[in-house]
Amino acid sequence: MILLWGSNARETHPIFFHHVLKGIRNGAKLYVIDPRRTSSAQWADVWLGLDVGSDISLANAMARETIHAGLANERFIQHATSGFEAYRGCVEKYTLERAERETGVPAEMIRQTAHAYAKAKRAQICWTLGITEHHNAVDNVLALVNLALLTGHVGRYGSGVNPLRGQNNVQGGGDMGAIPDRLPGFQHVENAELRAKFERAYGTKLDPKRGLHLSGMFEAMEHGELTTLYVLGENPIDSEADRHRAVKLMSGLEFLVVQDIFYTKTAELAHVILPGSAGWCETEGTVTSSERRVQRVRAAVPLPGGVRDDMEIIYELAKRFGHDWGKPEAETIWNEVRSLSPMHAGMSYKRLEELGGIQWPCYDESHPGEMYLHSRLWREPLIGPRAPFSVVEFEPPVDELNEEYPIRLTTGRQLDSYNTGEQSRRFPSPLRRAAALDLSPEDGKRYKVCEGEQVRVSSRRGSVLAPVRFDPGLRPGLAFLAVHFHDEIATNDLTIDAVDPKSGTSEFKATAIRIEKCVES
Amino acid sequence: MSEQLQAPSPLIPIPRAPAPEIPPGASRREIEVSIDGKQVKAPEGATILDASRKLGIETPTLCFLETLTPVNVCRGCVVELEGSRALVPACSRKVEAGMVIHTDSERVRLSRRVVLEFLASSVDVSTAPQLQAYLKRYGARAEKFGPRAATVAQPPKIDNELYVRDYAKCILCYKCVEACGVDAQNTFAIGVAGRGFHAHIATEFEIPLTDSACVYCGNCIGACPTGALVGKIEYDMRKAGTWDESRQARTETICPYCGVGCELTVHSQNGQIVKVSSPLDHSVTQGNLCIKGRFGWQFMQPNK
Repeated sequence: MILLWGSNARETHPIFFHHVLKGIRNGAKLYVIDPRRTSSAQWADVWLGLDVGSDISLANAMARETIHAGLANERFIQHATSGFEAYRGCVEKYTLERAERETGVPAEMIRQTAHAYAKAKRAQICWTLGITEHHNAVDNVLALVNLALLTGHVGRYGSGVNPLRGQNNVQGGGDMGAIPDRLPGFQHVENAELRAKFERAYGTKLDPKRGLHLSGMFEAMEHGELTTLYVLGENPIDSEADRHRAVKLMSGLEFLVVQDIFYTKTAELAHVILPGSAGWCETEGTVTSSERRVQRVRAAVPLPGGVRDDMEIIYELAKRFGHDWGKPEAETIWNEVRSLSPMHAGMSYKRLEELGGIQWPCYDESHPGEMYLHSRLWREPLIGPRAPFSVVEFEPPVDELNEEYPIRLTTGRQLDSYNTGEQSRRFPSPLRRAAALDLSPEDGKRYKVCEGEQVRVSSRRGSVLAPVRFDPGLRPGLAFLAVHFHDEIATNDLTIDAVDPKSGTSEFKATAIRIEKCVES
Repeated sequence: MSEQLQAPSPLIPIPRAPAPEIPPGASRREIEVSIDGKQVKAPEGATILDASRKLGIETPTLCFLETLTPVNVCRGCVVELEGSRALVPACSRKVEAGMVIHTDSERVRLSRRVVLEFLASSVDVSTAPQLQAYLKRYGARAEKFGPRAATVAQPPKIDNELYVRDYAKCILCYKCVEACGVDAQNTFAIGVAGRGFHAHIATEFEIPLTDSACVYCGNCIGACPTGALVGKIEYDMRKAGTWDESRQARTETICPYCGVGCELTVHSQNGQIVKVSSPLDHSVTQGNLCIKGRFGWQFMQPNK
């Protein structure tokens, strides 16, 4: 059984979805939980079209039903988890009737989904930004993890919790320490012993406190605490949830350096632009995929004139700061990672080549890598700490619907496009349609607008003009905008930067809007 | 001991545990057959083609691809099976204990030769090097049917900027249909329409590709053995006479888009990317890509 929760993998992870389709052909059941009846949902045995941001209510009601029906995996809960009593107390409030009210999903369907998940021999929960682009992103994830713990669908072959990563190396970036509190290999910077290991290797003192995530950096800019920014391969002007604020804050920086392969909207604000390299085909190195597979990328074409390898740029900067790191070589850097990060230790370039990538952790050169995580939870006796249940409560999206802003706008990707569109708009895709606001045909009737008609779309933060397109996959009251076409429709003029305090993610998925007919002047 | 104390702390690394178990696949009985006078064992469910390959026997295949379900249409791989009235397709016939098989008998050679002659007489095989090699190997003479032999000659269909369908080169191996259908993409934009010599690959009601269900994954291109389906850039370069595989490098790397980690083979010529494909034997892609992976690299071209 596969629960695809807040993910349109058919379009956003097409080759992963090929494997899902193989599962379906082999008899696996697919449940898709998504406000939109997406092209993924069209493959589902059951589609649960919940209201945007009501995921926790749904998950908690599934948990309550699982417990009441005697379907919780008590042996696993006893053996490997903690905090079950508090969790049981929390979910007890989430009756099927309450969840129906809060999610819009019929109670019977929730009950059936809970039973199917709990009884499945093997079950996966896969999610993407439909879970994480919310003001309570981490709570949403924890609500799903709770379900896996409750039923024992974790740490076993074919069962697990599986965030589908959206970029080819977003996993690898985090693994390498590009998150505020971790050093390479997820080693916590605030653990003195681990920090000392890195300090010895790097020959320098490290800041013992965690840094800032992206949203925290914008806050620090607001308070004048952050005045200099070095942006590598990121386009926050087009990708931040509140464009006005991003432009204002980044324009106010004393010094902004942008290293990119494109002249982005962010680069337009930079004091210095460093033309960088395309990591996937102009340089050597590794990326790490959604399944934790470290894989080699290789230079297929030479760098264009005036452009340098990203690695070389950083080495040259280090030189200007008085540190000669020698010759920039990807394999040398990788071997340094292996010497400091136990979970990467066994991944020599030679083995990565031979095995077509290795899934971490891989502790030594005889270790095969691990196809799935957390099998320790099933060992007798238990290895390592218990997995904790988390008490999480339903909180509706921050941007409330009311008479003035009655439509829920959600955002996402389309099959042939990618993020702010810098990469994807440069190939002539026959699938690409003009940027438009997708509405349900029912809302078209209700607001007396027709397909192709230009309307004004307004949120509490801004307004844009957009042509209307009808999508029968949308329910009345739900609208959709892709995030790729900022030049045509600046989606982030509308979206809210209500930030999840735990992850720093903004609530891209839930904006309150209204639409108005444009009066001809 | 309170439960809280046992909860994991982000400060403390989770201890190493034994590598997780992966259930072994069902063990398969070994079956012994005789091929060209040699005894060979293959697991139950393997095909005559699998067993022949174990012996290093090269069997011509056109409609067969490791990642697709055999459709048995080309008859290029037929072999003689003792006790069987007709020749049998090696690519799909499963081994059975005691089979005696001849892969290079006169009857087999004749059958393969005629099949190849029919194909080469009616289809433009100029961009199908594998098929050309088979023609040579079996001494096939495509011209023997004379200048009035029927052909599938027709102008190429160019209705989008990503790929061209040049059905004058189509040998009707069905691989594109399989790749578009249940074997990989499950989009079902194309099928085989018509009967006999009029059979051809078509969208529903022959509508242009741009009005069809096609999502431009190009997995049909990846499966096409004759160059009937070809990227627009390759098509244009071939037409201009600038496509030169002898001067092309192939580099394995990873797709720059989503996090699935699809293995790409980047084909480059003169320091520019000219095509992207994916290896059949990679566990993630099995040769398949999406529109972004196969065509979305054009941002690397100058002036884009």
